[in-house]
Amino acid sequence: MPSEYRLILKHADQPGYTNDLDCYLRHGGYEVLRKALSLPPRILSDGRKVSAQEQIRDEVMLSGLRGRGGAGFSCGLKWSFVDRKSGKPVYLICNADESEPGTFKDKQIIYKDPHQLLEGTILSCFANDVHLAYIYIRGEFVQGAKILNRALAEARAKEFLGKNILGSGYDLEIFVHRGAGAYICGEETGLIESLEGKRAYPRIKPPYFPAVLGLYLCPTIVNNVETLCAVKHIVAMSGAEYAKLGTPNNTGTRIVSISGHIKKPGYYEVEVGKVTLGELILDPAFGGGLREDRQLKAVIPGGSSAKVFKAGEKFKLKRRGPDGQMSTVEVGVLDLPYDFDSVQQAGSMSGSGAIIVMDDTADLTEALENIAEFYAHESCGQCTPCREGSLWMAKALHRLNHGQGRKQDADYLLHIAKHIQGRTICAFGEACAWPVLSFVSKFKDEFQAKGAADEARRSRTLTAGAGPGPDLRIAASPEV
Amino acid sequence: MTTASATESKPASPAIEKVTLKVDGREVGVPKLTPDWQGKLVPTTMLQACQIAGVEVPHYCYHPKLPVAGNCRMCLVEFGLPAMGPDRKPILNEDGTPKIIRQTLPYEPGTPRGAIACATPISPGMEIYPNSPATKQMREAVLESLLINHPLDCPICDQAGECKLQEYSVEYGQSQSRFVEEKVHKPKCVDLGPRIVLDDERCILCTRCIRFSKEIVGDDALGIASRGSHNVLTHYPGKPFDNNYTLNTVDICPVGALTSKDFRFQMRVWFLKETKSVCTSCSAGCNIVIGSREGRIYRYTPRDNDAVNACWMCDYGRLNYKWIGREDRLKHVLRRTAGGKSERTTWTTALKEIGAKLKNTAANATAIVASARQTNEELYLLARLGKRLNALTDSVPRRGEPDKLLLQADRNPNSTGARLTGFLQAAAGSNLRKIAEGIQEGRIKTLIVVGEDVTKHGIDASLFSRLDLLVVSDILPNAAAAFAHYVLPGCAHTEKRGTFTNGQGRVQKFMKAVEGPEDARPEWEFLCDLVFETTGLDGLASIEGLFNQMAKETPAFSGLTWAGLGDAGVPANSLNTA
Ligand SMILES: Cc1cc2nc3c(=O)[nH]c(=O)nc-3n(C[C@H](O)[C@H](O)[C@H](O)COP(=O)(O)O)c2cc1C
Ligand code: SF4
Ligand code: SF4
Ligand code: SF4
Ligand code: FES
Repeated sequence: MPSEYRLILKHADQPGYTNDLDCYLRHGGYEVLRKALSLPPRILSDGRKVSAQEQIRDEVMLSGLRGRGGAGFSCGLKWSFVDRKSGKPVYLICNADESEPGTFKDKQIIYKDPHQLLEGTILSCFANDVHLAYIYIRGEFVQGAKILNRALAEARAKEFLGKNILGSGYDLEIFVHRGAGAYICGEETGLIESLEGKRAYPRIKPPYFPAVLGLYLCPTIVNNVETLCAVKHIVAMSGAEYAKLGTPNNTGTRIVSISGHIKKPGYYEVEVGKVTLGELILDPAFGGGLREDRQLKAVIPGGSSAKVFKAGEKFKLKRRGPDGQMSTVEVGVLDLPYDFDSVQQAGSMSGSGAIIVMDDTADLTEALENIAEFYAHESCGQCTPCREGSLWMAKALHRLNHGQGRKQDADYLLHIAKHIQGRTICAFGEACAWPVLSFVSKFKDEFQAKGAADEARRSRTLTAGAGPGPDLRIAASPEV
Repeated sequence: MTTASATESKPASPAIEKVTLKVDGREVGVPKLTPDWQGKLVPTTMLQACQIAGVEVPHYCYHPKLPVAGNCRMCLVEFGLPAMGPDRKPILNEDGTPKIIRQTLPYEPGTPRGAIACATPISPGMEIYPNSPATKQMREAVLESLLINHPLDCPICDQAGECKLQEYSVEYGQSQSRFVEEKVHKPKCVDLGPRIVLDDERCILCTRCIRFSKEIVGDDALGIASRGSHNVLTHYPGKPFDNNYTLNTVDICPVGALTSKDFRFQMRVWFLKETKSVCTSCSAGCNIVIGSREGRIYRYTPRDNDAVNACWMCDYGRLNYKWIGREDRLKHVLRRTAGGKSERTTWTTALKEIGAKLKNTAANATAIVASARQTNEELYLLARLGKRLNALTDSVPRRGEPDKLLLQADRNPNSTGARLTGFLQAAAGSNLRKIAEGIQEGRIKTLIVVGEDVTKHGIDASLFSRLDLLVVSDILPNAAAAFAHYVLPGCAHTEKRGTFTNGQGRVQKFMKAVEGPEDARPEWEFLCDLVFETTGLDGLASIEGLFNQMAKETPAFSGLTWAGLGDAGVPANSLNTA
């Protein structure tokens, strides 16, 4: 029986649990921090001292924690890249921009258990000798920003924050910064530019890797809300214990946001890799199945930018058996374990952990237009392929959905998308190209059929002598 | 800003390590580090490595004098890296050569991965494929993207002929666009500031202009508004783009988005004759190109010289050329008759007569006032004349507010030359009062004025009646000319050859772009004649000969030759410039 495993969301939805400090303290809040701050250095056999900070970093590395913001990059490894010898201050930024369509998990933490995020953030800052941190929260979370600011004030009043935290001699300030409503501010270097007061144009890498040249060109750690919360639990339970949750290389728990044509859209915290995509969609413990017994048509496994899966698709996955031998197994979409590696091997990504389900009533050309319009609207426009390509795709899809399609539009769309991915400054290029590449190639017949129908209708009107020839440049292009 | 001292006194740079890599299959050794836009040594990029290998990588946003932006993606190139074993040693092919892995997309192993050449550092053993089919395809796609929303209005665009979009489209583009959607429409003919007009539809959003204004000028005046394909370049709301360097953005804009109000629609650039010259509006001596056609000057543009102006010039200097074509230029050689009337005469007559008079003037009875806008050669000749006549010499200081970039407080182009040639022996302007007094007291009977209106500088016109001889040479009308016994029409720097010595002591030569009007003659020419008439010395019939003669006789210029000055000029001997 698959079921939720609530670690981060343990208290959030419990009746009577409130987001104030008192409630958090009643539930053992800030005890992990208190312990960490008084952790004595460990003396190794060769006499070398391992500081409390290093010990925490080691635990995070051991835990196998992978970032929950989208890329699934090892948190411990990211921290190890930080340039600690530069003599410059190290900054930490909590990425609370949560803008990937379909994703609504960080919001639960921020609104319902803000102190958990603060404790995780303070611990992460302590571990990395950070004395100034920011929580960059998406502009639309007006209430969330208020809640966080109140939580910060409460924490400051009780000396969990500020100068000489809990008498340990460690100083830290955290500020909340609200975005102004742009998806690209979630991309870490766009975020940094925005935080610096500039237009959120993502930076080129090289040379601007945040771990070396981040905020104000100082070494900077950017972590997702959920990632930082996980750090608290890793410090609490030890990295080794945390790594027992989930599956190898895909450790811990993950909050999955499920939306679309299912009975129980919502967020579910699960052990990574312990449940399948099918279970998440169909099991009564999670999505609860499709409505009115409709058929599954497609599912996007990791936020709108992830490549779509077609119902019935089969994937070849590499598996390491108990004997350590690698073998290949074939699994269908519904049997795909929901973890970073499996979804990636199946050609997509678990991204922000957002699953979007579409049943057989979904018109995929329309669904894709909706997604493409989002990306055309959100492209920052800094680099040519994405700036021009994102709107081009949206226009073509709009045309296709408004009676002006052509048979070749499927290939036309693939052509555009292919020339965006891998050619841009930031991963937004992939984010806008992948939906198009996957929708069109996996459901090509639908796209071609729509174009062919339009062509046939236009040629009928033409031969009937009524109306002008096809005007492909329809006036009502989307002004996204 | 690059100053002469910064470039000139480059310490004998310690040998920079070389990295061997392949460009287009050919092995090249390139320095591991290269100076960036600020002169700081940073890892050499693929684009620079290709340049060294003689292969051009097309690019829009990259500019060697600006911070790298990496946004246009035109410079994407396919590349390969040596395969490394687990022991971090290169894996070898069967024939012993290192195995190279062509880079592909991490999530799509069959698809080549490009890197932007302008920002990607080189590494040993790297192979760059600037002409591979994959590279060409990436380029073609970027161009296609840039063109889909471009108005394609080349026939009415000022940039046509020097447009990178046009050039690369011909070289790397496809003849047919797939695009069938409606183009994005954006503001046209935007008044960006007093000197610049913007066409947002032509702008390819490369941010060169933004970076220039912010980083080079220190004026964070331009930016991008809106999002995605609707992005537009704009100035800060309510604050026109107006600093002293705005027109440089027109030069560096790779397309026709930014146009100069002064130059737009005036002339197709391919009709312009280009002449190497130097700006004369201050002592910076920015190197310029004069664009002219059929005797008319249409524009000045900066010419690269890292020791002086990098590739920039100020708006003030750039636009200060209109006086050259003025209708009221002095065009005739004039002589005042006994009756006090002015009449035209020939150069030969005038110079013979002046020479004869000068030969007979008593020592200490002459004063010469010459502008520090005259060339080294002219000032040298005047210094010689002055020495012969034991004359009191002076020049007129001309000062203004300097700025932090190029513009100097000294608005004369050749104050240093006036000093080094020996024409000026004291601070400019310090003798003017003495000259006035000398005339007043009847000691000075001859006054030669070249290129200045002395009535505005302390030598009142009422004094002229006391002179036996007043010779005035100038380009534009000059109040003293009305009283002169002889008026000699001179030439603007655009109408002659010569050299100036800028504020940092750099001797720079300039070439002739257009003819002077009617009788006007280069001053050095008639001064040679005059020196001959007066002193009997000869042999200076050509500018080359004159310069070389001057160099021989002038300690600060010793060792210099006209030919040796090249296009970029040469510093005068520092020991003698102090
Ligand atoms: C276009 C784009 C949008 C992104 N938006 C978010 C976001 O809203 N929240 C987030 O945590 N990460 C987002 N990311 C990922 C961040 O760049 C970064 O990888 C992440 O915050 C790192 O945190 P993690 O390692 O804890 O996952 C986005 C990335 C891209 C390319
Ligand atoms: S890929 Fe898109 S979002 Fe990212 S920098 Fe380029 S234009 Fe901006
Ligand atoms: S106006 Fe020209 S220089 Fe400025 S961003 Fe546009 S194309 Fe680039
Ligand atoms: S700085 Fe001086 S020399 Fe340079 S362009 Fe301006 S006025 Fe001319
Ligand atoms: S030149 Fe524009 S990205 Fe390299």
